[in-house]
Amino acid sequence: MSAVPPPEFVAPPAISAATRRRNRQLALAPWVFTLGFFLVWEAACRLLKVPSYFLPTPLVIADATVQYWWQLAFHSFHTLWMTLAGFALAVVFGIVLGLALGASRLVRAGSYPLLVGFNAIPKVAVVPILILWFGVGWVPPVLTAFLISFFPIVVNVATGLSTIEPEIEDVMRALGASKRDIMVKIGIPRSLPYLFGSLKVAITLAYVGSVIAESNASRNGIGNLISRASADFNVPLVFAALIALAVLGVVIYVLTEMLENRMTGWAQRSQMAAG
Amino acid sequence: MPAFVDIHAVTHVYGGIEGLPAVEDLTVRVQEGEFAAVVGPSGCGKSTLMKLATGLQFPKAGTVIVDGQQVSKPVRMAGMAFQNPTLLPWRTTLDNILLPLEIVEPHRSRLRRHKADYVEKAQNLLAQVGLRGMGDKFPWQLSGGMQQRASLCRALIHEPKLLMLDEPFGALDAFTREELWCVIRDLHAAQKVTVILVTHDLREAVFLADRIVCMSARPGRVIAERVVDLPRPRDLEITYSAAFVDIVHELRGHIAHARQAA
Ligand SMILES: Nc1ncnc2c1ncn2[C@@H]1O[C@H](COP(=O)(O)OP(=O)(O)O)[C@@H](O)[C@H]1O
Ligand SMILES: [Mg+2]
Repeated sequence: MSAVPPPEFVAPPAISAATRRRNRQLALAPWVFTLGFFLVWEAACRLLKVPSYFLPTPLVIADATVQYWWQLAFHSFHTLWMTLAGFALAVVFGIVLGLALGASRLVRAGSYPLLVGFNAIPKVAVVPILILWFGVGWVPPVLTAFLISFFPIVVNVATGLSTIEPEIEDVMRALGASKRDIMVKIGIPRSLPYLFGSLKVAITLAYVGSVIAESNASRNGIGNLISRASADFNVPLVFAALIALAVLGVVIYVLTEMLENRMTGWAQRSQMAAG
Repeated sequence: MPAFVDIHAVTHVYGGIEGLPAVEDLTVRVQEGEFAAVVGPSGCGKSTLMKLATGLQFPKAGTVIVDGQQVSKPVRMAGMAFQNPTLLPWRTTLDNILLPLEIVEPHRSRLRRHKADYVEKAQNLLAQVGLRGMGDKFPWQLSGGMQQRASLCRALIHEPKLLMLDEPFGALDAFTREELWCVIRDLHAAQKVTVILVTHDLREAVFLADRIVCMSARPGRVIAERVVDLPRPRDLEITYSAAFVDIVHELRGHIAHARQAA
């Protein structure tokens, strides 16, 4: 028991100056490109004398952002909240349904057409019904976010379960493992990377769903702010709200990705080793 | 003496009732503690035989008796290893090896309180297969041969009475394969376990087995049995002896015949 295992990590070879420069360029690239995008936008608007009620320049939008700072923050926060609530519902429901689908061929065969059909309905078309049922308020955005985002979660969890290698299942069953044992020891851990992979897609969809529903079924939220601002022809505010949406979307996406990396690092590392 | 594994006049058909059987009128007996090898052309029903003997499939006709009991559900005590090591990538090698203990009684209820004993046992097994100190590694940090060794440990940790090996070394290079032959040989000598090894490598079968069963092409049935009376313990050198080569030749004849008949 005393033999020393071989060292896990060997010292990395010295990185050449050229590689280091290349890495630095890669790290800077997103910032440079983003800045460039806004510069081109600003320059084009000025050169072509585009009126700001048509397409405001980034500086005008920045002005509007400062001016309406409090409103933007308040409504962004509301949208974030609606998105997260709908997303949380979708995660819980998606995991339960995904496990049921993955565990039982009968459930899978029976419910697939229904699920696919349901997923094919554009969720904008459902919002009027939600207003009819629940009135204008926080319920339609949360439910729209939920409805639009649970599908990828269900499909991914079910895929993780239904692609268990038959050999490991044989190993377990020959030991006398119950279906539940196989689910707990193999199915669920195995479907985790699939689940977390789907969360990135799902949260983005949930975000879309809550903004869509807010624009006509809520008195709060960025979606609603955009509706009101465009009714007032306050185009700079509309654009400021769009930029706020984009920034918030990126933040949510990055947070989900960080969570994914933390929870299922083994899947990525084992794939790297296999590939 | 009644056989430990007694597959008697078994016919098995996959899927519907119609269709060509995978095995037909198959009779195989393996004594307790015996090392049996099954060889035959691919698709002849060797893996099916494994599944029948472990209760993962049930025959359409005939009886399967293991350890004095007619098999009507998975046998609950067999260790299995396949060509694909199927270690779980989210568990360390050690935790992979402990997996059967989380399923099989009485270990299942004792595991938590006696964890240290079981871990020591797993470490000993690891040492026996030449993986001393590798328990903390994840499977993807091990080579294919090392993964297969760990998979053997997993198949043996709960001291099964029956060890089923389905082409376990099919994916390995020749040197690693011969190393693992010796690992299996020593494990079988150390634990009084009954082994059924499916292989398409005739030298592997002759080196390891007490008795070799040759199967015909699909639908599989037994066309020849050969007792290997080479003395034990066998050394790799024996694979170059005349007696060894003669047996391999004889088996080749049977297999060639089976393939022609197909
Ligand atoms: N789950 C299954 N469903 C239908 N047919 C199968 C199944 N498993 C095996 N078979 C068929 O049964 C025959 C025997 O298969 P198998 O026992 O795996 O052969 P071997 O292991 O000797 O290569 C093959 O022809 C194969 O196509
Ligand atoms: Mg096979």
